[in-house]
Amino acid sequence: MATELTDLTVAQMRDGLKAKSFSAVELTQAHISAVEAARELNAFIVETPELALEQAKAADAAIAAGNAGPLAGIPLGIKDLFATKGVQTTAASKILEGFVPTYESTVSGNLLRDGAVTLGKLNLDQFAMGSSNETSAFGNVLNPYRGPNGEHLVPGGSSGGSSSAVAARIVAAATGTDTGGSIRQPAAFTGISGIKPTYGRCSRWGVVAFASSLDQAGPMARTIEDCAILLKSMCGFDPKDSTSLDLPVPDFEKALTGDVRGLKIGIPKEYRVDGMPAEIEKLWQQGMDWLKAAGAEIVEISLPHTKYALPTYYIVAPAEASSNLARYDGVRYGQRVAPENASLIDMYEATRAAGFGHEVKRRIMIGTYVLSAGYYDAYYVKAQRLRTLIAQDFEKAYQQCDVILTPTAPSAAFAFGSKSDDPLAMYLNDVFTVPASLAGLPALSVPAGVDADGLPLGLHLIGRKLDEETVLKVGHVIEQAAQFSAKPEKWWVK
Amino acid sequence: MAVDEKTVRRIAHLARIKLDDADVEPMMKELNGILNWVEQLSEVNTDGVEPMTSVVAQKMRWREDVVSDGNIQEDVLKNAPEAQFGFYAVPKVIE
Amino acid sequence: MSETKPYRIRGATGDWEVVIGMEVHAQVISNSKLFSGAATAFGAEPNAQVSLVDAAMPGMLPVINGECVRQAVKTGLALGAQINKWSRFDRKNYFYADLPQGYQISQFQYPVVGEGTITLDLEGDRTKEVGIERIHLEQDAGKSIHDQNPTRSYVDLNRSGVALMEIVGKPDLRSPEEAGAYLKKLRTILRYIGTCDGNMEEGSMRADVNVSVRRPGEGLGTRCEIKNVNSVRFVMAAIEYEARRQVDIIEDGGTITQETRLFDNVKFETRSLRSKEEAHDYRYFPDPDLLPLEFDDAFIEECRASLPELPDAKKARFANELGLSEYNASVLTTEKEIADYFEALLAEAAKAQNKPLAEVARPASNWVTSDLFGALNKLGKSIEESPISPAQGAELISLIADGTLSGRLAKDVFEIMLETGKGAAAIVEERGLKQVSDTGAIEAVIAKVLADNADSVEAYRGGKDKLFGFFVGQTMKAMGGKANPAVVNDLLKKALNG
Ligand SMILES: [Mg+2]
Ligand SMILES: [Zn+2]
Repeated sequence: MATELTDLTVAQMRDGLKAKSFSAVELTQAHISAVEAARELNAFIVETPELALEQAKAADAAIAAGNAGPLAGIPLGIKDLFATKGVQTTAASKILEGFVPTYESTVSGNLLRDGAVTLGKLNLDQFAMGSSNETSAFGNVLNPYRGPNGEHLVPGGSSGGSSSAVAARIVAAATGTDTGGSIRQPAAFTGISGIKPTYGRCSRWGVVAFASSLDQAGPMARTIEDCAILLKSMCGFDPKDSTSLDLPVPDFEKALTGDVRGLKIGIPKEYRVDGMPAEIEKLWQQGMDWLKAAGAEIVEISLPHTKYALPTYYIVAPAEASSNLARYDGVRYGQRVAPENASLIDMYEATRAAGFGHEVKRRIMIGTYVLSAGYYDAYYVKAQRLRTLIAQDFEKAYQQCDVILTPTAPSAAFAFGSKSDDPLAMYLNDVFTVPASLAGLPALSVPAGVDADGLPLGLHLIGRKLDEETVLKVGHVIEQAAQFSAKPEKWWVK
Repeated sequence: MAVDEKTVRRIAHLARIKLDDADVEPMMKELNGILNWVEQLSEVNTDGVEPMTSVVAQKMRWREDVVSDGNIQEDVLKNAPEAQFGFYAVPKVIE
Repeated sequence: MSETKPYRIRGATGDWEVVIGMEVHAQVISNSKLFSGAATAFGAEPNAQVSLVDAAMPGMLPVINGECVRQAVKTGLALGAQINKWSRFDRKNYFYADLPQGYQISQFQYPVVGEGTITLDLEGDRTKEVGIERIHLEQDAGKSIHDQNPTRSYVDLNRSGVALMEIVGKPDLRSPEEAGAYLKKLRTILRYIGTCDGNMEEGSMRADVNVSVRRPGEGLGTRCEIKNVNSVRFVMAAIEYEARRQVDIIEDGGTITQETRLFDNVKFETRSLRSKEEAHDYRYFPDPDLLPLEFDDAFIEECRASLPELPDAKKARFANELGLSEYNASVLTTEKEIADYFEALLAEAAKAQNKPLAEVARPASNWVTSDLFGALNKLGKSIEESPISPAQGAELISLIADGTLSGRLAKDVFEIMLETGKGAAAIVEERGLKQVSDTGAIEAVIAKVLADNADSVEAYRGGKDKLFGFFVGQTMKAMGGKANPAVVNDLLKKALNG
């Protein structure tokens, strides 16, 4: 029974709870057991089983009373970038170890408001900086899929704990955050779905900031329908975030009509990058064929500044991060390292040297440099101008098409250590996801096939600003067509 | 534009990150690798292109001038590594 | 505008001119902070007026207080400045214990207010126009306390995030006097329009003073910035010291290093702030947590409509329309509270006397600036604490105007008003202090005075004119001071000459 419950989708859980086929406590207990059994994945930084059971009891009571919220009793994992009241929040960094917020982020608060059960805090790349979850101060997260020789693979990043937990069926779904691809790439690496909505749809209040102009929260789940259900709860205007969009939240589930007839699917020629694995190229073509078969029209488009998106991103994001991370100084929260008789400056330098991981330091250094006197115009302002051009590329493209189809990532999940020595090779993981982040557009990844080693591959859809509905609708059609059925073997259950 | 060791030390100090001597050179190499790579942006003519600071096409909302927060000294100090008499305590600063 | 000698520093090698520009940080009057809902009131328990935003907790975000924008725009309008309908907030990045975010949200590239002017009131009714470069909104920092613990500094974030206007003046000032006048005038204007309380002791206004010296007519010298000077007197003293210091260095063959200095208000000297001298690189960039600050003409007009009459306009009106002396017009407009008091009293007095304002204004202004100010001074009270209300003052001066009270009696009545808090008319009634203008009664007394002093009458008539005052005095004395002096004069002249 227990294993079956964890296999259900969010929509199925919702229906089952409503029909009283099982209780929220049973459902939660099944997940708590699954989480305990899967500790080898290292997906969680903090598990909160007692809290989860309390929430489940409350959900059962609400269901019985007939006033249950739309997510009543659904057991979720929360990326440890969201501040959670009374539960340690670290951004996977030593510098925040022991930090227990007295506040709840708006997005996780929205999920709780709607009755969700939270199983704990999910591991991630430190401060969401990474594409493989190898930069966490709390250890690597393992992808539930393993390589052809049984070797461990990365779950993608930065939302690697989220992707691993959802794929391993130890949470029903999870929150992620995406700055340059951190929801979509790990979703692709683990055979699940994830959507980054339009910038401003999800409040950033209470989410540890990486790059403020890019950061967006979004759901990660095993189906597009589940993503739609969660997204509706997560989104919404928040007066506490000046960049939050003051717009009504659509009923995303209703968008999943299966009808894509007449929609124009843009295929950007610049995404046919050198050295793209044939399997990915083939999957991309397959995606086009599925959509064509469903009545959509395929149009070639051009996004001429695509190749500049990554370097643009690697100026803008570190610049903002260098400033956003200045608050971690050992004064008000988190770790303090103060050598004997240290001055204030010594304390800052020692605290930050010991508290931040290498990738975080490197990005702070780059960001500090590109903002510094004499380099600001050459790097930062230049990158902002490129950002304008990249956003304009999309605007022009949407005169010819309704949604853009690309692969999510240039490869399937890779082995630990295979790219961690070469930052540029690692950064290339986000080559397809970063442009939409720079333009603030909604984009999702949907599992669409596997490679020769049986590893999942994702397709990526980028929509017009505020048009999550089309993105979800098309993603749903691909999902239906792909009939993606790969499921990791539960090797961690001994 | 390549950074030298002196620049790396200056940037590290600006960012208040202590770099051990042994870490300076590797960090310099990493930074130069990234800086050389982003250098490709200079190929693009961006004359007359407005720098994009936000993707949000919305006017900034203003708050009402009411006291709606504060009086949470306990919350504010709760996570402090060192707090005394309602203050945060830090190594003494000599002005 | 009369010319006087320019201010010069006499050096061993000749005269030097001092060039001064000031940046004034003025705390905006608002209930809550610039980007958070915490209170701004002075003097709370440490870290009590701090929100999670002010403490820069992870994930906290700024949301702008519209009132602070309104206040900055009003200030700009009062200084006749360019108002920018589009401006932006930038982050100024640096580390300090009382700067929790690790950056200050400020306006670097695009300030909300651009160029304006301010008219200084100088000695001898001289005025001088001085340029304002810009005004921008920014966050205040917290406060570090260094003297409570031998090894620790204490940080209080109550001020962290309070809105400041940084008012950047052009280097148009040429003497300590002008600098003092600039600060005073700025303070007067801000207090008039209610955008800053101008309380320098509590730090609501702090000046950063840029000082350089040069030979008159030559190009600008290297400047030093004296940070955070918090009184008009200290600003003037700091400039005097600093200009002399620079002249001495240059005349000794040295050069001035551009640096930040501190004014020691015990030793009255400036000294280098070496600890802060470490190379700054603030890495300004647009704050991605905020959107541009935008408003329309209607908003500007709304701000303009809410401005009271400004001190210069009020002073001109007092002089030109009400006929006050330059001196009275100036004194009565230095503080809005004084002007408000005077205008309330004037309105009441005009009503009581059924006369136009202009006819009542001069005696009213004299009474306020001499009698009332004298009394307040003695009591150590401000105009807001005056025990005599404008209506009570108006009642008193109206009793003078209608002849009920002589000037002398009025002073007595005023004393009693101060002691008892009673109204002038009631006191006159109660104590029978009413002036006697009845000719019959006065003639009778005069007759007696002349009879009692026949010798003097003889002498007067023989040409000793000066004795007239003696007869006035004797008559007034005999009448207990209550006789109307004008009537006494008339009747005495008649009796003596006739
Ligand atoms: Mg300044
Ligand atoms: Zn300032």
